[in-house]
Amino acid sequence: MRTLKYHQAISEGTVQAMERDPNVFCAGIAVDYPSGIFGTTTEALKRFGPARVFDTPAMENAFTGICIGAAAMGKRPIMVHPRNDFMLLAFDQLINLAAKWRYMYGGNAGSVPIVVRAVIGKGWGQGATHSQSLQAPLAHFPGLTVLMPATPRDAKGLLLSACRHDHPTIILEHRALYNVEGEVPEEPEETPIGKAAILRPGRDLTIVATSLMVQEALDAAEELARHDVDAEVVDLRSIRPLDEETVLASVKKTGRVIVADTSWERCGVTSEIAALCAEKAFHDLKAPVRRLALADCPAPVSQTLEQAFYPKASTIARLALHVIGIDPELVGDIDREDTFKGPY
Amino acid sequence: MSNRLEQKTEMPESWGTRDLRERRVTVHGQALAASVLLDLHRSMQRIRHTEETIARLYPQQEMRTPTHLGTGQEAVAAGVAAAVRRDDALYSHHRCHNHYLACGGSVYRLAAELYGRVDGAARGRGGSVHLTDRDNGFIVSSAILGQTVAVATGSALAFRMDGVDRVAVTFFGEATCEEGVIYESMNFAAINRLPVIYVCENNLYSTESPLSVRQPPGTELCARAESFSVPAEKVDGNDVAAVYLAARRAVDRARSGAGPSFIECMTYRWREHVGPQFDHDAGRTYRTKEEFDLWVERCPLKQSAARLISLGLADEREISAWAAEIEKEVVADFERARRAPWPEAGDLFDYL
Ligand SMILES: Cc1ncc(C[n+]2csc(CCOP(=O)(O)OP(=O)(O)O)c2C)c(N)n1
Ligand SMILES: [Mg+2]
Repeated sequence: MRTLKYHQAISEGTVQAMERDPNVFCAGIAVDYPSGIFGTTTEALKRFGPARVFDTPAMENAFTGICIGAAAMGKRPIMVHPRNDFMLLAFDQLINLAAKWRYMYGGNAGSVPIVVRAVIGKGWGQGATHSQSLQAPLAHFPGLTVLMPATPRDAKGLLLSACRHDHPTIILEHRALYNVEGEVPEEPEETPIGKAAILRPGRDLTIVATSLMVQEALDAAEELARHDVDAEVVDLRSIRPLDEETVLASVKKTGRVIVADTSWERCGVTSEIAALCAEKAFHDLKAPVRRLALADCPAPVSQTLEQAFYPKASTIARLALHVIGIDPELVGDIDREDTFKGPY
Repeated sequence: MSNRLEQKTEMPESWGTRDLRERRVTVHGQALAASVLLDLHRSMQRIRHTEETIARLYPQQEMRTPTHLGTGQEAVAAGVAAAVRRDDALYSHHRCHNHYLACGGSVYRLAAELYGRVDGAARGRGGSVHLTDRDNGFIVSSAILGQTVAVATGSALAFRMDGVDRVAVTFFGEATCEEGVIYESMNFAAINRLPVIYVCENNLYSTESPLSVRQPPGTELCARAESFSVPAEKVDGNDVAAVYLAARRAVDRARSGAGPSFIECMTYRWREHVGPQFDHDAGRTYRTKEEFDLWVERCPLKQSAARLISLGLADEREISAWAAEIEKEVVADFERARRAPWPEAGDLFDYL
């Protein structure tokens, strides 16, 4: 199969979604710039023109409401936030309305199938307001679908699914994944919503991961293999709905779990998975569930502080060895060089 | 297609004879079919009797949903709803019964929603503030200030993209002019000349806070709209014909591609902010009894009835007969709704 970068896969998914459904449009700050949200909207603009790919003023909350009102009339908007932090301004429309719409009107007002793409930033001094990761607060609310593609194939496949999904859907893309390359089918293949993927099978330990942490987990698993530890990597892909079945089956097989997420631990995705294991796989656990997440402070800017803030492949590998009972200090220098040159 | 009132072909005898209905009358310098004034009055009567029936039954503790009654503000809903078509999209806020009813919403389904019954407009999932009746163009109401202002703007965007001549309308209280979302929305509507009409019901209060503590002295909400190049008009919101005419101008503008409009309707809520009581009966003093009496004197139904009588379109006896007939229907709907089945607990997750 041919390979694409994550951002190319999003671009292709957007074009195919717009091709097959004339009601799909794509809007948000900077979507029609030559830079096209890191190359994800440029092709769609070329193909479908400014009537269907257009810039908006900085108006995150109202534009989310505008997408809802357009969706109520049959449109399929894709709203894009260059950073997911900006979406906090839109929580009223997203949470107080979009998430409730179908239920609160007893099904009589239809549904509002908006798609919101939002990018998680990381590193190069993005800082406290441009590198948060909002999956946990979003997935808290019944009625929202929250997706986190970790591979180019799913970046395209989940976007295509979202554009046909009947619920408001948020796709959190990770800036640090945009240049990751992987196999992507040319046809508009949809990734099922609510299904986790086992990206690497293993017997000794399960690493449940989201987004960028999936790639870090895959690197960690390579290293673990060198120490004869056979790690299974589960890519959650969908935070809500959550694929409990796949996670539990893996945990029951390996008996050991590490959960790695791109956000904080408190009330987060790692807590949710830990609770799931405790409630439904307690007797299969051979070791306590361990969580790996951001340091419990806002994102700093200075390089040394950033280094300390983010967990990475080596952090996962060390914790895994510790869980297995092997000296964590045996982990080699496995972390990828950060090639990001900024600014965003 | 013509608007709601002009669409009507058959009418019950009690709405005036055909000859009478076709008569042309002049109101505010505009020629109107008499039927328009007669139907506007009936629409307001239907709202008034529904709201007052709720006020009467609410203390029984069987309608367990915070309810913001629209008594006193009927002319805004009736006048605007009459100026649009059934395929247009109307949105409303927490004080939404008037708009739902003016669009033609069923009293029975409203009552069933208030009683929490499965036949409710939102099947007992929404309550008083979350109504919908898409068949009549009433898309939704929502209880978060300003929310549907953006949503209506989005429906207008969809109409614009589809190249159809439908329009979107949103009703909101003047306190929404203190929220940010309305300015984001008007700005966007103005840039894109969207067919949306912003209808502000200025009843002078946000819960118990008067305008003086919320808006700087001399504030003109119309001037704020105009600062976004949105044409704005301030009307007597208790004069149903004035509201209707202003709405028609705005609708014509929107349909012809000339973009959004803002209409400020000056009016007054009679009952407490939420609930069935009168403020002075509840011992509240944030509004004076004199102010209240003045606005009751300006009752929209009373003004409309006086106009019908002075134009020779109806007499007092007829108008009372319509009221009695409507009231009977409304009461029957509430009785039926009270006996309607509850939603099943096992259906808790339906429509998720
Ligand atoms: C965002 C938000 N803030 C506060 C409230 C609480 N609240 C409900 S109604 C209301 C007053 C609104 O006044 P206005 O918009 O003038 O409408 P009115 O009640 O006078 O019809 C307030 C503050 C709310 N529902 N939503
Ligand atoms: Mg008010």
